[in-house]
Amino acid sequence: MIDKLSQLKTVAETELNAVTDTRRLEEWRVRYLGKKSAIMQALRELSSLSLEERRKAGALANEVKDAFESSYKQKLEGIKQAELELATAAKALDVTLPGQPESLGRLHPTTQAMREVCQVFTSLGFETVEGPEVEWDYYNFEALNIPKGHPARDMWATLWVDFADPEKQRSMLMRTHTSPMQIRTMEKRRPPVRLIMPGKTYRYEATDVRHEWMFHQVEGLAIDKNITMADLKGTLFEFARRMFGADRKARFRCDYFPFVEPGVEVAIDCFICKGQGCRLCSGSGWIEILGAGMVHPDVLRRMDCDPAVYSGFAFGMGVERIPMLRYGIEDIRHFYGNDLRFLKQFWGF
Amino acid sequence: MTLPRDDLARRLAQAGLEAGSVEIIGGQWDKIQVGHVTEVKPHPNADRLRLVTVALGDRMPTVVCGAPNVAVGQKIAFASVGAKLVDGHTGQPATLKPAKIRGVVSEGMVCSEKELGLSGDHTGILVLPADAPVGAALADLLGDTIFDIEVTPNRPDCLSVIGIAREVSALTSQPLHLPQIAYKEGREQVSGLASVDVVDPDLCPRYCAGVITNVKIGPSPEWLQRRLQAGGMRPINNVVDITNYVMLEHGQPLHAFDYAKLTDRKIVVRRARQGESLTSLDGVERPLNCEMLVIADSRRPVALAGVMGGANSEVSEATTAVLLESANFKRESVRETAAALNMRSEASARFEKGLSPELPVPALRRAMQLMVELAGGEAASGIIDVYPGKRERPPILFPASETKRLLGMELPVEKIKSVLESLGFGVEMAAPAQMSVNVPWWRTDVSQGADLVEEVARIVGYDQIPTTIMDAPIPPLEPSPLLSMKRTLTDLLVAAGMQEVITYSLISLEGLKRTTPDLDLPGPKPVRVSNPMSREHEYLRTSLRPRLLFHIAQNQRFEEGIKLFEIGHVYYPRHSDLPQEVETLCGAMWGLKQEMSWRTKPMPADFYDAKGALDAALVRLGVEAKYVKAEDVGLRSGACADIVVRGLKIGVIGEVHPKVVENFDAAGPVFLFEIDLEKLLPHAGTGVEYKPLPRFPATVRDMALVVDLGVQYQSIVDIVQDFPLVSRVALFDVYSGEQVPRGKKSLAFRIWYQSPDHTLTDEEVNGVQQRMLSALESKLGAVLRA
Repeated sequence: MIDKLSQLKTVAETELNAVTDTRRLEEWRVRYLGKKSAIMQALRELSSLSLEERRKAGALANEVKDAFESSYKQKLEGIKQAELELATAAKALDVTLPGQPESLGRLHPTTQAMREVCQVFTSLGFETVEGPEVEWDYYNFEALNIPKGHPARDMWATLWVDFADPEKQRSMLMRTHTSPMQIRTMEKRRPPVRLIMPGKTYRYEATDVRHEWMFHQVEGLAIDKNITMADLKGTLFEFARRMFGADRKARFRCDYFPFVEPGVEVAIDCFICKGQGCRLCSGSGWIEILGAGMVHPDVLRRMDCDPAVYSGFAFGMGVERIPMLRYGIEDIRHFYGNDLRFLKQFWGF
Repeated sequence: MTLPRDDLARRLAQAGLEAGSVEIIGGQWDKIQVGHVTEVKPHPNADRLRLVTVALGDRMPTVVCGAPNVAVGQKIAFASVGAKLVDGHTGQPATLKPAKIRGVVSEGMVCSEKELGLSGDHTGILVLPADAPVGAALADLLGDTIFDIEVTPNRPDCLSVIGIAREVSALTSQPLHLPQIAYKEGREQVSGLASVDVVDPDLCPRYCAGVITNVKIGPSPEWLQRRLQAGGMRPINNVVDITNYVMLEHGQPLHAFDYAKLTDRKIVVRRARQGESLTSLDGVERPLNCEMLVIADSRRPVALAGVMGGANSEVSEATTAVLLESANFKRESVRETAAALNMRSEASARFEKGLSPELPVPALRRAMQLMVELAGGEAASGIIDVYPGKRERPPILFPASETKRLLGMELPVEKIKSVLESLGFGVEMAAPAQMSVNVPWWRTDVSQGADLVEEVARIVGYDQIPTTIMDAPIPPLEPSPLLSMKRTLTDLLVAAGMQEVITYSLISLEGLKRTTPDLDLPGPKPVRVSNPMSREHEYLRTSLRPRLLFHIAQNQRFEEGIKLFEIGHVYYPRHSDLPQEVETLCGAMWGLKQEMSWRTKPMPADFYDAKGALDAALVRLGVEAKYVKAEDVGLRSGACADIVVRGLKIGVIGEVHPKVVENFDAAGPVFLFEIDLEKLLPHAGTGVEYKPLPRFPATVRDMALVVDLGVQYQSIVDIVQDFPLVSRVALFDVYSGEQVPRGKKSLAFRIWYQSPDHTLTDEEVNGVQQRMLSALESKLGAVLRA
């Protein structure tokens, strides 16, 4: 019997080594550890042996049974582990596959820039007001010290609008700047005011890479007692820093707009070359960004504000110029050409 | 001048006179000097070439020269080997190399104006004045720096050398040197030679004239021609050149008439008469109208006042006496005449800006002086001066505190006074801190305190003004609901995957018509621009649709799916008023609703995608819109709905009519929505109605109904929602096909039943559902799907 048991052990272990799945393992278990298995048979037959043989064979049979059980457990663990690994591997994701695409919309780059400008001034206490794009000559020119026949009218090539005035007094036009909003708004307001007035503006202009007949401006107006040009400088300097970087320098020079006195041209040092001179700034180191000045006393009077009591500043800037400078956009006509290959480049962050 | 060139340009720019360009004449002339032609011999091997020997003082090189005008005794510009020149033929920069021309070595070159970069003239060599010192650097003789200054329209006084010199003097504290005007007058009184009658003084505040006899017409001296050229003018003859020279120097346009051609020796300043015309100096006959001011003799117009002279009185070779005009014309009149005849000139450009009526006299006297000196003329004694528009300019009372009040900068009274005086203002102290300021006659742009503040600021320098932040309380803000709504709506549509566009406000009539299947004009006739740049941009849009459809078509080449929207004005004509500008939203979709994906099949956007995007935005604005089947001329019948809020139509949505899509050369189908934002506004953001959270659970039932194909979803939901306990209804399937009878469809709903005060029992829910089903059956013929 002892020989039989030894032989059994060898055979069973060889078989077990060949088992790789749970089904075969179960067959093996039934065969070597089941009720009808040789080892169980042997254990049942022990009683028929002599005492000495029984002791020897019994010990060996139990030893073989224990060995089978532990081999079985070990094998079971191994197989389960392998199967788990296999199952896990089968469920592994290709994390580099694209996610479910969401439709992406974006703001037009002009809107993005406009919002940015307005946000800066909102934080400085300015209120946003909008108005009509088709205007009377009065608001666009006359009330701004540019009467008919004034030489400064050449500064704004005008798109006129058909209008047959029975009294032949009024003419209609596409506003050439946002400045008429200064007068319009002040017809309804009393100082103190701080206003920004964004909107579309139009010029009679042949288009090229730098000129477009429709574009956007933001107008600013602050009127109060004791507003000075130093305040204008401070406000616009703050704007320049927030828009174009905290280390920006601003340059203020004399310029002429009929509705301000003194008049100012504001430039910032070129943020590409830091004032050294490059293509963006045409080698000058400076980029003109807006026109401004102290509200002209005659304009204040038209706003029904006594220029001896009140003073104020006004400024106006082109909006498209900001993304053009910032992103190096070479052709202003892209803005309203609305080619999606252009528009999709501006994330608006 | 001691200030370096760039510093001067910067100081001028700070003061408002920006040099658009600075041209340096002779900056590269370091190997070019004055030479004296001592010998000219024929070239042994070429008929047209000659051998020229030039004395330079220290050497006498011989060069080969092809110029026809070279002659012994001339002073010329001699370029040695290595000199930087302009190639006479190509016009490109070139460096002079040693050359052997037809077998003879040429040791340099005698230069033409073109080769020196002075002008385009290459017909012969440049002949220098006889007194030019031999051997001297040409740059010392002809070198110059030209500031091309962009003068703003308020400063016509600076359209002159003297004007700029005054500015430079004030900016640099250097003394101003004005030309000394004095000339010998003849015995004959001018009043005996000519008369001036200003008939229309409203257009001519001042007319001055002088007469010069015995003039000899000929070329001007070299220096004068060169200065004219530097100023961008072409030399013609001494008389004309002098008028132009004085214009550049003083800023006053002058005109010289051939005295002999003036009928009755008379000048009449009057409006043109009906039917009159004038052939101007450029040879074009100009019909005149009664608003145009002319200079006439006793018979006919001889010049357009302030714009251009007439051919009938033009100075010619044969002229022996001239009448010189130096006048002041009303700027608006000159501007209108020049614009009406489309003939802007150097003169009109100055008059248009409003010159000082004090300017004609010094300018006339200066021109008379030059006529005597350079044209051999004899000046008649005195000048004619008709000055109907003389007006006193009262002094400006100017408190010193104004600079502090407007600039925010403290300046001592003395400083303010000295700055103003440096610019020619007369300053007297009316009180310790109160100035009385007399404005110099040439400063037509200064009339009040603010103007003086600018004068002080620009000379002191804007960079000296401090930088402060307004410290007054922030003024109260008025809310602008339309602005906030536009902003939110824009953000929501972007979040719904739509690209914002901004399109041109002007459009062609055809563009608008393309939005209807039969190319009819949708809505009223649009407002027209009087001077459109092109027919493409002639009318104010009455709809955002055409541009949106145009941009869909244009982008289809590059995209699989497009979703665009625009928020902008449309313009409706109004009687005798500005057009009504209506804030409008328009959105359009075409093609794949999402980018291609490996997970989902590519699905084309349809009506319900457009509706979903719009509804998502409206819901977030707190607006509950209903969609009511409707017709719209540009949209496909049966695929179109009015968007209705609280019974009022605010817009429309639908599939663009296939013929309209075709009109735009686009591929279809395209889906579109359009909303009048001003009609939407009263409904937007109208507050939140808070309800406490439900305390008892909901019972959920699904229910599939079979109805006729024509029954609308909305009619079912309206009935269902009308029942008590129904807290929510959702549609989760729509089916028509083999599983339901022909002509029928099945709609599957999930319905949530909920009570605020107890947990519902099955019996309660069943009871409601039973009554609901019989209502649906009796009203809509709906039956529960088996």
